[in-house]
Amino acid sequence: MRAPWADRLFSLAAHSAAWLTLALLLGILISLVVGAMPAIREYGFSFLWRTEWDPVGDHYGGLVMIYGTLMTSVIALLIAVPVSFGIALFLTELSPNWLKRPLGIAVELLAAVPSIVYGMWGLLVFSPLLATYVQQPLQHLFKGVPVLGAFFSGPPVGIGLLSAGIILAIMIIPFIASVMRDVFEVTPPMLKESAYGLGSTTWEVMFKVVLPFTKTGVVGGIMLGLGRALGETMAVTFLIGNANQLNSLSLFEPANSITSALANEFAEAGEGLHQASLIYLGLVLFFITFVVLACSKLLLARLKKNEGSRT
Amino acid sequence: MSLATLDAGRLAMHKRRQRVNTVALTLSLAAMAFGVFWLLWILFETFRLGIGGLNLAVFTEMTPPPQDEGGGLANAIYGSLIMVTLATCVGTPIGILAGIYLAEYGQKAWLGRITQFINDILLSAPSIVIGLFVGWVVVVQFKSYSGWAGVAALSLIVIPVVIRTTENMLTLVPHALREAAYALGTPKWKVIFSITLKSARAGVVTGVLLAVARIAGETAPLLFTALSNQFWSSDLSKPMASLPVTIFKFAMSPYENWQKLAWAGVFLITMGVLALNILARVFFRKQH
Repeated sequence: MRAPWADRLFSLAAHSAAWLTLALLLGILISLVVGAMPAIREYGFSFLWRTEWDPVGDHYGGLVMIYGTLMTSVIALLIAVPVSFGIALFLTELSPNWLKRPLGIAVELLAAVPSIVYGMWGLLVFSPLLATYVQQPLQHLFKGVPVLGAFFSGPPVGIGLLSAGIILAIMIIPFIASVMRDVFEVTPPMLKESAYGLGSTTWEVMFKVVLPFTKTGVVGGIMLGLGRALGETMAVTFLIGNANQLNSLSLFEPANSITSALANEFAEAGEGLHQASLIYLGLVLFFITFVVLACSKLLLARLKKNEGSRT
Repeated sequence: MSLATLDAGRLAMHKRRQRVNTVALTLSLAAMAFGVFWLLWILFETFRLGIGGLNLAVFTEMTPPPQDEGGGLANAIYGSLIMVTLATCVGTPIGILAGIYLAEYGQKAWLGRITQFINDILLSAPSIVIGLFVGWVVVVQFKSYSGWAGVAALSLIVIPVVIRTTENMLTLVPHALREAAYALGTPKWKVIFSITLKSARAGVVTGVLLAVARIAGETAPLLFTALSNQFWSSDLSKPMASLPVTIFKFAMSPYENWQKLAWAGVFLITMGVLALNILARVFFRKQH
């Protein structure tokens, strides 16, 4: 009777590996909270809306970084969502069959390129071009226009919220596009064919039949991309300019994000309030990405359940 | 209303719908071109600037001080190889075991469902938060940056990737296979090892390859765990250089020789990561 103990041993190993992942998440949460404790005790929730970040005077507040993180992600989504929809539409409806695979792979390889490559390319190749050919004309165009003018004021040097947002957009397009493509592809052909049969154009089929049918999946995919954008570090660190300031609405001003503040300062931060504040920022970031991910999971799970009931 | 005006109205509407359609499809084509354009542009620049900086010294010499002639990336390449290899060796068995648990034991158990959810969180947790966690625990508590801390951070990134692919691949294995083995009196561990895991082998290996590709380019978790090292070091209890961190340091600097080396490094990393990805794809296709 050798089998019973071998079975038990193996089951134990598999169970403990599962417990380990559980313990990992708990460990991460607990150690972040413990690490951030000095800052939490000092500022409480007011940390979230204090703008001051002054390692010399030992005063800290996270608003500038939180704003930077959210703003770059919003810019990224504004660009990435329509482009991803276009790509998914092309891949499911327009592309000839022989092109589908290579194009799909090309988009997925875009996701595989390490973020440091995007960062370096963005800083040394892309941002000078952005400054000359996009930022300066934009500034010219919107000079004197209220509100919009404020967004495009500031030094057009190619480093700041806008360029970080654009690079983030390029980085999350493959994630969103591949989720969209996948959910578009599971739309029952019958549904599309009946719409075509009524004389709809391709656009009408996609926009009025396929998109409503798959909207939970699409939103889930967008959330997934948003999660990526929020947590992206290296590319943003290269391009955002790392300036702790928030004195205008300008998208051209150098700013800071949670991830780039961590990347730049944590290794040098002395123990005490500075370090604790940085860990506090990390905790905030973890919380935001957690909420975004939970929402996307919920939506995708609902889609799966609906699918089950339909078939 | 006469029939003629009705027809004219219909015709106009038909024309408008067709116009909208044409515009939308053109935009979709443009979006596709937009996506592919970035990939090609990035690859092109990486080739152009990377090959210019590439020579034998990159592989044989240490990272140079600023504004110095010569020098290479040998210590960084070595550090990256060591840390990625070790992290894969640590993370893969744990990931595969947990994946087996999810697919074979915990399908309906509460632990299974929770682990699945937690794994999703870990999978999309920002890598810098993982680095922060390991950095704070290992470095702040034990007061030293080390290669081991870097290995720990990287393996924490490997684990969820491997869990996810292993689970997915195992659940694809048809139930009849398992049942046939059970009917012959095979114990569960043997069914898993010689039947399910074996038939899902290609997918599992693909997952591991993708995990390696992912950590090979990771910079953020190494920034405050392994830190960096200007010299050759094979001692994992000391700070250790790695390719991504070195690129980060060199690319941000104003020194021309550093930037040139950074481009060479970017070229190496991009080629390595893309090669791994393509290898994983080819491997997976061959088996299926």
